[in-house]
Amino acid sequence: MNQDGTDHGALSEARTSAQARTALLLRLTGAVGVPVIALAAAFGVGALFIAAIGQDPGYVYAKLFRGTFGDFYGFGQVLFKATPLIFSGLAVALAFKAGLFNIGAEGQLYVGGFCVAWVGFTLTGLPGLVLVPLCVLAGALGGAAWGIIPGYLKARFGTHEVINTIMLNFIAIALTGYLVTNVYIVPETIHTPRIAPQAEIPRLEQFWPVFKGSPVNVSLFLALAVAALVYLFLWRTKHGFELRAVGLNPWAAEYGGVNVASGIVTAMALSGALAGLVGVDFVLGYKYYYEQGFSAGIGFMGIAVALLGRNHPLGVVLAALLFGALSYGGLVINSVVPKELVEILQAIVIVAVIVGTNLFGALAVSLKKRSLE
Amino acid sequence: MEGISKRFALVKANDCVNLDVRRGEIHALVGENGAGKSTLMRILYGLYRPDSGRISIAGKLTDVRSPSDAISLGVGMVHQHFMLIPQLSVAENVVLGSEPSRSGVFLDLKSAYRKIEELSRLFALSVDPRSQVEKLSVGAQQRVEILKILFRGAELLILDEPTAVLTPQETEALFVILKRMREQGKTIVFITHKLGEVMEISDRVTVMRRGRVVGVVNTRDSSPAELAMLMVGRKVLFEVEKGPAAAGKTVLELDGVHALGASKVPRLKGLSVTVRAGEILGVAGVEGNGQTELVEVIAGLRRPTSGRVLLRGEDVTGSSPREMLERGVAHIPEDRLKRGLITEFTVGENLILGSQFRRPYGGRVFLNGNAVLANAERVLTEFDVRPRAPHLRAGSLSGGNQQKLVVARELGRGPVLLVASQPTRGVDIGAIEFIRRCLVSQRDAGTAVLLVSADLSEILSLSDRIAVIFDGRIVSTVDAAATDEKELGLLMTGASRAAHGASRR
Repeated sequence: MNQDGTDHGALSEARTSAQARTALLLRLTGAVGVPVIALAAAFGVGALFIAAIGQDPGYVYAKLFRGTFGDFYGFGQVLFKATPLIFSGLAVALAFKAGLFNIGAEGQLYVGGFCVAWVGFTLTGLPGLVLVPLCVLAGALGGAAWGIIPGYLKARFGTHEVINTIMLNFIAIALTGYLVTNVYIVPETIHTPRIAPQAEIPRLEQFWPVFKGSPVNVSLFLALAVAALVYLFLWRTKHGFELRAVGLNPWAAEYGGVNVASGIVTAMALSGALAGLVGVDFVLGYKYYYEQGFSAGIGFMGIAVALLGRNHPLGVVLAALLFGALSYGGLVINSVVPKELVEILQAIVIVAVIVGTNLFGALAVSLKKRSLE
Repeated sequence: MEGISKRFALVKANDCVNLDVRRGEIHALVGENGAGKSTLMRILYGLYRPDSGRISIAGKLTDVRSPSDAISLGVGMVHQHFMLIPQLSVAENVVLGSEPSRSGVFLDLKSAYRKIEELSRLFALSVDPRSQVEKLSVGAQQRVEILKILFRGAELLILDEPTAVLTPQETEALFVILKRMREQGKTIVFITHKLGEVMEISDRVTVMRRGRVVGVVNTRDSSPAELAMLMVGRKVLFEVEKGPAAAGKTVLELDGVHALGASKVPRLKGLSVTVRAGEILGVAGVEGNGQTELVEVIAGLRRPTSGRVLLRGEDVTGSSPREMLERGVAHIPEDRLKRGLITEFTVGENLILGSQFRRPYGGRVFLNGNAVLANAERVLTEFDVRPRAPHLRAGSLSGGNQQKLVVARELGRGPVLLVASQPTRGVDIGAIEFIRRCLVSQRDAGTAVLLVSADLSEILSLSDRIAVIFDGRIVSTVDAAATDEKELGLLMTGASRAAHGASRR
């Protein structure tokens, strides 16, 4: 045993465990602090924009807040907007945990959504208790199928998933568009036939009348349950362990007996399945048919949600709520300021999170150093 | 350089270091891995900022904020890992960043060619500016790196472990060049931990240990023994107490194995070797002769193109890493940060990497968090890993403790075969001894141990038999007790034992 070890062993051990606590605290502050600061920055800059077009920022923000969290109808609308974002955010986050950048949630949710509707309007003879789970399964499988393609291409040929998922988005949109306008036609519309009535899932207003008028439906609970499942999967199961290993260090994962190629395919399949569940909300809970172009960017917003939520299921849920609020809030304040303002806010939040993460990382390192002096 | 200090998160890499290098000398900077040599040179080259201290170049106090500052002050550095663009020609690589131009717009490669040829002649570099870098040998690529810094007018050249990647012949050629540069008045700082090279090439030596300078000597007045003692801080001979081997049955047998390297060139060319239970077989060789591929083939990480791998008599050729793990092959990888650890994972998670699929850690679906934690607590205590914090990120541990984690995990498998590749690279002295003792006790417990190390003294002191690898083949297997560093050194160049013996007679 060397001198340092025996003389200062206990001391340095106490110090290092204190350091471990400090490091954990810093990480927690980082995880919560960065999004909060980002949000504050976004609203600050947004205030400048509002003032620039001659409105009172305080008034606009108050209206925004009242309209979204001020009453149950508004809150219901926020939840309704947040539900699909939870699914797509989880999809992106899960892929990201495995080291994959899934830009294809948009395409995967179109395919998944169509599959939900197809089962819903085709297997009309089944009772609701069977049909609804089948529809959900179909959505997950459709999305998964669309996710497996870029996953396999990456695992087998090493082609980059970003390119392939983007390209598959175009194909998915065009393919479902073709099916809607050429195969499962309802004349004069761009949607499929209606699903069987027993496949429709209830809206929250049916249980809690305070939500009256808002299309928020029980798929919200599915989203929350799935978020919990994703957490359990990633951090408590051996496959989750292996996927995270692949994402953080594929060399070490391979060394540890993980089949990296199949890990990549699995991660993309699961990611696609999560994205596909967006269709459950839209088709079973809202419109009761598949409509061409229904998503309008939910898959891409999922990237922002995952980023803001730091790829953690709980973070994703919170971030989805925030983006849901901003998205519905845009409609609320539309009479006073253009709703593009809200899009500006969203963009600033994202930029601030990216910058903030790096800044905070540097800050944490320098703090740690100082605490050692 | 005076009073240079630099601290990284948990280690003081440089602690009040003074270094003085005289014009026109070859100055060796020696010390064990992790002694702070590279850090010091990176500070001189402007890659790191020192926390305190001063740098004077040619008598003038200077502030080196970036490599471009360093370059304009006449300081150039050749890194361990070359920073060349393989697809470009020698000349294009050399001019990159300071391209000569005609009328300010057009790239003037012609004048570059002239200048490079001139430099090449002056310093006997023998590099054709028109050839493509990826077609050059490692030694030639290194000469391109040297050209690059000479082209920018460097007077002081820093070479960071330049010989680690070279064959003995290439090393000789490099030394000729270095001497030529000294004749031309260039100053050279030569980082290494190989004492033979220090004695051969340097004028003066600065020895570092644990971030401090522990000695500055004239090479002529010193000896390898003295330098080694300075480096390690006590009498060197790192003899580990070990009794005679009780070698049992053959555990591992490789028979005529061929395999490609990372760049798809053949690296193993019909390699055959056997390791028996209860013995340590050391693999000695110049780095890059197939050691990496040999280890990867055994661990299932690289599929041989032909030949057979037998484990306890069973043909396991082409098995996956998982299958090899399940058959009881443990592997301490050469690069713990690349393969051995997931730095973002906790200590506890890292300790079950490679066991996550089996009980008690992995159930049918879930991981058993309690088992993971209990295992971590036990291992951290048993192997004295500090701090004893299972939830800490593995990346925040020191190098020595990280390596202990890897060793602990691999020994914990209760392996029938342990493949240890550079097990003590870049770790502090206490950990080195500890790890070496682990390897010996593992052998005594009847495990077959295959030890690959670039450190000949490690090979000599731990091994029972030594297999010399050269150009993808085992060229000779000798009894460790009946050989020495000199003989091994010769065998490593590909000379056959018989020929060597004959010449000695």
